[in-house]
Amino acid sequence: MKKLLIANRGEIAVRIARTAREMGIETFVVASEADVESLAARSADHVVVVGPAPATASYLNQDAIVAAAVDNGCDAVHPGYGFLSENADFARKVADAGLIWVGPDADAIAMMGNKSLARESARKAGVPVLRGSDGPLDPAADAVEIASGIGYPLVIKASAGGGGRGIRFVHSEGKLLESIEQTRGEAAAVFGDPTVYLERFVQHARHVEVQVLGDGTSFIHLGDRDCSMQRRSQKVIEEAPAPDLPDHVRQRIRESSVELARECGYSGAGTVEFLYDPVNHEAAFIEMNTRIQVEHPITEQITGVDLIREQLQIAFTGAMSLRQDDIAFNGHAIECRVNAEDPDHHFFPSPGLITAMDWPAGAGIRVDTGVEAGSTVTPYYDSLLAKLIVHADTREAAIEAMLTALDETHIEGVKTTIPVHKKLLSRPEFAAVTHHSKFLETVPDLMEAQ
Amino acid sequence: MATIVSPLPGVFYRKPGPGKPPFANEGDAIEVGQTLGIIEIMKQFTEIQSDVAGTLESFEVNEGDMVNPGDAIVVVREG
Repeated sequence: MKKLLIANRGEIAVRIARTAREMGIETFVVASEADVESLAARSADHVVVVGPAPATASYLNQDAIVAAAVDNGCDAVHPGYGFLSENADFARKVADAGLIWVGPDADAIAMMGNKSLARESARKAGVPVLRGSDGPLDPAADAVEIASGIGYPLVIKASAGGGGRGIRFVHSEGKLLESIEQTRGEAAAVFGDPTVYLERFVQHARHVEVQVLGDGTSFIHLGDRDCSMQRRSQKVIEEAPAPDLPDHVRQRIRESSVELARECGYSGAGTVEFLYDPVNHEAAFIEMNTRIQVEHPITEQITGVDLIREQLQIAFTGAMSLRQDDIAFNGHAIECRVNAEDPDHHFFPSPGLITAMDWPAGAGIRVDTGVEAGSTVTPYYDSLLAKLIVHADTREAAIEAMLTALDETHIEGVKTTIPVHKKLLSRPEFAAVTHHSKFLETVPDLMEAQ
Repeated sequence: MATIVSPLPGVFYRKPGPGKPPFANEGDAIEVGQTLGIIEIMKQFTEIQSDVAGTLESFEVNEGDMVNPGDAIVVVREG
């Protein structure tokens, strides 16, 4: 019997344990001292306490996690998302300890983690990229001239940044050099690397992405998703497939994402993220995430593929069980991230004891939760409680199904983002797909600083 | 003496990040509005600021301690 260490917490740890159990794999989940009684801890066959509550002492404690795997005779480590999932050093430590890393190798993680290198390899693979400095901005180069070739407004991005951090907007030449210096300074302080690059800025862009799978020799895609409904660069609502995308754009991003996976000999599940300009009908590469995504269930619902099973299959056997011809798309899926946050108070975190938790049921409804009634939401980790996912024949039907499902959901003891989801899904802009990644900030009754 | 309390639950830190110097130390002269520490809750950070001027007398919680709303964080000798 194979043994798997799940190096994560919350809903994704529960999710991974579920599929591993179906595959006959013995599961060990790591837990901080604050999570010993959690749903995740109970969903695995064994719990290994790796440290005190703060993540730096537990879920980010590389040596304790590797030791947990080795001491318990595990064969493999699944990192989930967040925490150490995109940490190349950790992936290397796991491999050096003789364990299987459920994900792409450390070199692929490191390359995609460096945003200017990632952009370079995307360009080589034929992935559309935004006009920009084509690699790191040489500190000795004439930045003013490079910028005028790109056009304003533009964005200065830290090579080592990502996830919406290390970014500065420049609207005119006057502020360019000063902003480059500021971004370099911040990048050096925050990421330990002052390298920056320049990129054209697209107003009202949507966020679309392509799910890929590879085993080092063959590479496929599992279609696209749209995650344009965001708050401060954090995804709020996701859907699959991406709506209102011209066929040639959809084909281009899907095929070029597969080429990018091929270019780096990718092994495992990955997501290629694009910014989509709905005015000019152009998509451009943002970054590649070298791990399972939070929103992977919507792809599972429209393809019938269990992505965690594929990850584990690739990791344990080195070969993918699927070919592109096996992938068929069916209907439309939407996911709402249910966070413990108070929408009436600037989305302030809302920890506490969950006194009641009732989820909707019925055809096409899926709930991936890390908590239940009686769980305590601690202040130590992020605010994601659960993901509510619906699947229906059409986008319109999926929106209706989600609104009904949200009405049937009752959570007491902590504040949640459910009222926000109801508002956003009822907006005519969402129905018409005219929303964009800064849309939520424009909705009057959701705006900050009232 | 003035006691600065935490308005929210979370984890208290005296430093803006690992390896960085603390915001303030015992014996420091403190101004109104000066940041004395931060409280982290679910990856969101809130600065704890002094509402009085004076001298920082003592920290009532340690680096990395869990605090609840109303818990004393810092005592400042006014004046």
